[in-house]
Amino acid sequence: MNICDLKAYEIAALIKSRELSAVEVLEANLDRISNVDGRSGMLDAGEITKEDEATVHAFISVSEERARKQAADVDKRIAEGEQVGPLTGVPFSVKDIFAVKGTFSTAASRILANFNAPYTATAVKKMEKAGGVMLGKVNLDEFTYGSSSESSAFQPHPRNPWDTSKVTGGSSGGSAAAVAAGEGALSLGTDTGGSIRQPAAFCGVVGMKPTYGRVSRYGLIAFGSSLDCPGPVSRDVRDAALMMNVIAGPDHKDNTTAVLPVPDYLHDLEAGVKGMRIGLSSDYFKITYFDHEKGELQEQPIPDSIKRSVEKTADALSNMGAEIVEDIQMPYQKYGIPVYFVISRVEAASNLHRFDGVKYGYRSEQVIDNLKDLYRKTRNEGFGQEPKLRILMGMYVSAAQFSEQYYQQALRVRSLIRSDFDTLFDANGKHRVDALLTPTTPSSAFPVGDVYGDSVLMQYADQFTVNANHAGLPSLTFPAGLDDKKMPLGAQLIGPDFSEAKLLRIARAYEITTDNAAWRSEKPQVLKNL
Amino acid sequence: MPDKITKEVFDHLVDLAAMELTEEESEYLLAQLNNQLSSIEELSQIDVDDSVQAAAHGVPFSRELSAGVRKDEIKKFPFPDDILKGAPQTEERYFIVPGIKHEDLD
Repeated sequence: MNICDLKAYEIAALIKSRELSAVEVLEANLDRISNVDGRSGMLDAGEITKEDEATVHAFISVSEERARKQAADVDKRIAEGEQVGPLTGVPFSVKDIFAVKGTFSTAASRILANFNAPYTATAVKKMEKAGGVMLGKVNLDEFTYGSSSESSAFQPHPRNPWDTSKVTGGSSGGSAAAVAAGEGALSLGTDTGGSIRQPAAFCGVVGMKPTYGRVSRYGLIAFGSSLDCPGPVSRDVRDAALMMNVIAGPDHKDNTTAVLPVPDYLHDLEAGVKGMRIGLSSDYFKITYFDHEKGELQEQPIPDSIKRSVEKTADALSNMGAEIVEDIQMPYQKYGIPVYFVISRVEAASNLHRFDGVKYGYRSEQVIDNLKDLYRKTRNEGFGQEPKLRILMGMYVSAAQFSEQYYQQALRVRSLIRSDFDTLFDANGKHRVDALLTPTTPSSAFPVGDVYGDSVLMQYADQFTVNANHAGLPSLTFPAGLDDKKMPLGAQLIGPDFSEAKLLRIARAYEITTDNAAWRSEKPQVLKNL
Repeated sequence: MPDKITKEVFDHLVDLAAMELTEEESEYLLAQLNNQLSSIEELSQIDVDDSVQAAAHGVPFSRELSAGVRKDEIKKFPFPDDILKGAPQTEERYFIVPGIKHEDLD
């Protein structure tokens, strides 16, 4: 097997036992990037060629020299007999929404394209301290605002390694594509409405949104401050647990982090699911979408292939001793996207006011003689369409005369969405489930260009993931088969606050029992000709 | 369904947001905004009991989870020049901006 396709825990073990060196692993990964990634995302990229359409474009910047120094340092410490850490020599990428000192931290926006971060985000710092080697920064939707990664100001945008005519999903599209294509074993992503889980499902990898407050947001360029969660993208569940061990925990630089002790997520990982109660809700087996003609929300069943993959997952868990609890009603889940349209936009608009061309980032080069014009021209030239749209929407729905109707109402419905879950997980309640099992997405990866431009339809790609963000709950997606076009499908688990260990354990049990399934031998298209 | 946001309201929002847009951009963004507003119309029809509190966050805050309020102490950032280096224009360690236009209030 190629070094690039090893799991993170395998790489760390092989480097610790000196069967591989960190430099060797890094060079193999840099080779993989040059073989499959094509040109990195850039501003004013010009025409997208046929060649561009056949490569992955996960990266915005590859920090070769920085990574080589880190890898050499790991090897030196190993040679001196030092214990380096759980990520010894593991190459990883970072979604370019995190500040990392000595790298451009762009948020995939023109307005931050030249922003050289003067400090490093806590989660990245922890991964480097654990011996990880940062390969570079990966592409995303501009400011994380999207579900396909197509809205990046840095083009070419990422393409799905399983079929490069399809999107990666988003906004952590670069993270999911990089991990799927063997460009780094791990990636650090963020999830505000599904931005880790949806692209992970589209690219056939594992992605976890931890409980809000479990992983520090310090150094993360904010989108929706009450919703944002950094988390792992990996090729298997064990690697997600390994990465959670490193990045979780309180941080005095983010006062919303929980001071609860962090369990060892690897400890009971393979303890199985016997006696666990896994819930299925009919409200997650239908698609809700907005019909522009009729002007109302419509429903239709989810595609058969997706329904079957979740049912098969439930059967597999049942065969291992879990009890499946069916017919759970969750009446407020269908409002997840409308509520998100309000809350996330209000928070985004508030967070985007700081970008004004004064202290950092882009400033308009036009001749400007007053401050107000400087703001306007800078923001007009610096922001793409989606940030502009989110600012305007956020301002409208929180304006004094509309706030009660939209923003306050959305916050109250958010409570009701949370109450659906509280009922489900209540230890003295009717259902008493350990986790809810759902599809991760209403479709597999869609073709590039199909949805982009319709901001309402694009938002509905997150309808199964968004409610965990509203409720603050941990949620995990893992590969659960392929559809008839051989595109990956994900299954999602959602659990009570701080139940990450249990979700990982359930997903790991499924992974073990399907280890020999035929679909697991299928590989992404871009890896076939290497 | 009639559009909620007229061109006039839209232009006012754009001004408040400290942006200026091209005609083409305005047209696209205004149409998208109105689509989004009609798609969330159902929100206002949900019957929400008066006892339901607005949730500013998902996980309820509790003393066990929260570090609490810390002392308000100044901690100097060790590399202020790295911050200044990122600014579009500085002079003698000040950020430089153009003048603020004088406007008479009615």
